[in-house]
Amino acid sequence: MNDIVVGLFASSGFDKAAQGLTGEGRRLADLGGGKLCVIIVGSGGGTLVAEAAAVADVVLQADQPELAEYQPETYLAALAELCRQQRVQVVLLASDTYSQEIAARLAHRLGGSAVGDGSEVTLDGEMVRVTRQVYGGKAQAVVELRRSPAVAWLRARSFAPATPSGAPGEIRRVTVELPAVRSRIVERLRDESGTAKLEDARVIVSGGRGIGGAEAFTTELRPLADQLGAQLGASRAACDAGWVPATWQVGQTGKKVAPELYLAIALSGSSQHMAGVSEAKNIVAINTDPEAPIFKYCRFGLVADYRKAVPLLRAKLG
Amino acid sequence: MTAMKILVCMKQIIDPEVPVRDFRIDEARRQAERGSASLVTNIFCENALETALQFREANPEVKITALSYGAASAEESLRKALAMKADSAALVLNQEREHPDPLTVARVLAAAAGKLGPFDMVLVGRESGDWGSGQTGALLAEELGVPCVAFVDKIERVGAKLRVKRQTDSGSEVLEVEPPVVLTITNDEHNVPRIPKIRDVMMSGRQPLTKLSANDLGLDAAALGGGNGYYEVVKLSIPQKDSKCEFVTGDTLDQQVERLAERLKELAGPA
Repeated sequence: MNDIVVGLFASSGFDKAAQGLTGEGRRLADLGGGKLCVIIVGSGGGTLVAEAAAVADVVLQADQPELAEYQPETYLAALAELCRQQRVQVVLLASDTYSQEIAARLAHRLGGSAVGDGSEVTLDGEMVRVTRQVYGGKAQAVVELRRSPAVAWLRARSFAPATPSGAPGEIRRVTVELPAVRSRIVERLRDESGTAKLEDARVIVSGGRGIGGAEAFTTELRPLADQLGAQLGASRAACDAGWVPATWQVGQTGKKVAPELYLAIALSGSSQHMAGVSEAKNIVAINTDPEAPIFKYCRFGLVADYRKAVPLLRAKLG
Repeated sequence: MTAMKILVCMKQIIDPEVPVRDFRIDEARRQAERGSASLVTNIFCENALETALQFREANPEVKITALSYGAASAEESLRKALAMKADSAALVLNQEREHPDPLTVARVLAAAAGKLGPFDMVLVGRESGDWGSGQTGALLAEELGVPCVAFVDKIERVGAKLRVKRQTDSGSEVLEVEPPVVLTITNDEHNVPRIPKIRDVMMSGRQPLTKLSANDLGLDAAALGGGNGYYEVVKLSIPQKDSKCEFVTGDTLDQQVERLAERLKELAGPA
C-alpha cells in the first residue's frame, strides 16, 4: 500500500499545478518505493497524457463521453473507483475549485483522511504528514493523517516538477461505471476581465484598499501591469468594495499565487492576504505607511503615495 | 414539493481579525490562545445564514434551523442567528474534544440533521477562520449520502429543483440540483450578513433553543473518532519571517522610483 496517485482534470492541461503535482507525486513514490499512478479525468488535455506518462509509472485516462466535462458527482465517482483499484497510500490533488470540492468526499469514500491547502508533504513509513497554514495564515500546522489513504490537496504550483527519466509509463484508457446524478452544471460563465490565469502568472501587480476606487485600477495599475508583463490582482477589501471582480482576490479565501514577483500597491498586507502569497518568490510594496505589515514580507519597499509613484514608475519602465 | 426545510450550520471561533502582533499560540496544546479576543460566528457561516434568509424571502414557506456543535458559549452564535430571524436553533454541546477533527464534526452534524430534520438543504460555510480545514460540508454530504456543491453564493428554487450559482477559479457556474443537498457557502456582495434589529436581538434571548449532547444523538466515542481519529495536529508554530525589506533610497521620489524600477526589471525579467 505505498503507491501514490495524482488526480488531474484534462481540462486544465499540463499547467503549472499539474507539473508541481506530478513532481511531488514522483518524489513521494521514489521515497516510499511505490509506483506513481496519474489518473486523468476528462477528454482533451493536449499533451497532458504524454507529459504525465514521462514522469509516472502508469497513466489512467478516463475520458468516456459522460466524463468529457467536470461534474462533481461523476468525477468524484470516477476518481474513487480508479483509486480503489490501486494500492494507494497517498492521493494528491491541486487546489482548484473542483479538486477542493471533491477531495474530502473522495477520502471519505476510500475510508481515508483528507487535508487541504498543503505546502509540504512528508512520508515516514506509514505516516503521512502535511504542513498547512491555519488561523488565516497567522500560524502553521503539521497535520498527521490517521486513516489511509491520505488525500491531500496541495498548493501544487509551488512544488518542483519532476525530470523525466527512463522509459515513459504505461498509458491505459479506462471506462468507469457511473452513478445516476442529482446535480449538474448547466452554465459555465468565464470572467473575461483578463486574470483567468492569476495562479500561473510570473508577475502580479496587486492593489489594496488604499487604491481608493475602481478607476485607478484601469488608469494606473493596468498600464503598469502591461509594462511588467503582469496580471492584476487585488486584496479582499478592494474586491469587497466592488472595484474589481471577486476572481481577482488574492488571499486565504481567494487565489493562492506563486509568482516570481508580487508588486503590492497601497495594500496593507493582512495575514489573510499574505496567506495567498506565501509562495511568491519576491514581494515588493509601495505604501504610504512605513509600518504597514506588507513590508515585513518584502524584498524591496518604497514608502510613497502610489498616485505620485506609479506614474513616475511607468515613465521609468517605459 | 412541500414546505422546504433548511439547516444552517454555525461555528463559533476566536475573532480571526485579531492583529498578528496580538496573536499567540500554546505550542504544547497546539491551539491559539484566546487572550482578549472576542468569540464570533465564523463569517462564511453568517453568509450561509444570510443566503438561506434570502431564499426564504423568495419562498416564504421555508423554515430555517440554525445548528451549532460547540462549547456552551456557541449559544451566542445561535442567539444571533435567531435575531437574524432563523426560525429555530439547536446546540449540540461539545463535551468531547476542544478542537474535534472534521469527520467527527460531520458525524455530529449528520446525526443532529437526522434528529431535527429531515432537511432539503444543509448549508455550511466554505471554511472556518480558525483551522480552515474546508472539509465539513463535503464530509457531511458523504455522511448524509447526498450531493454537495461548493462555493455557492446564491440559491433559487425552480419547481422541485434548486438552481445554485457558485464561484470558480475562472468565473462562475450554475448548477441544477435535486434536494436534498449540502451546499458550502462563500461570500459575495449580495450575501453580506444582515445586522439584526435591536428588538430582535432582545427577543432572541427569550426564544426556545434546543440543547442536545452527542449522547442524545446516539453517538458513542467510536463514532466521534475517539480511538483512531481522522487526523491530528502534531505541531503548531508561528512561522518566522526572515525577509528584511530594503527600502529604496534617494533624495527625491524620482530617484527612489528610479531605483525601484531597476529592481523591478531585474525581478520581473523580460516582459
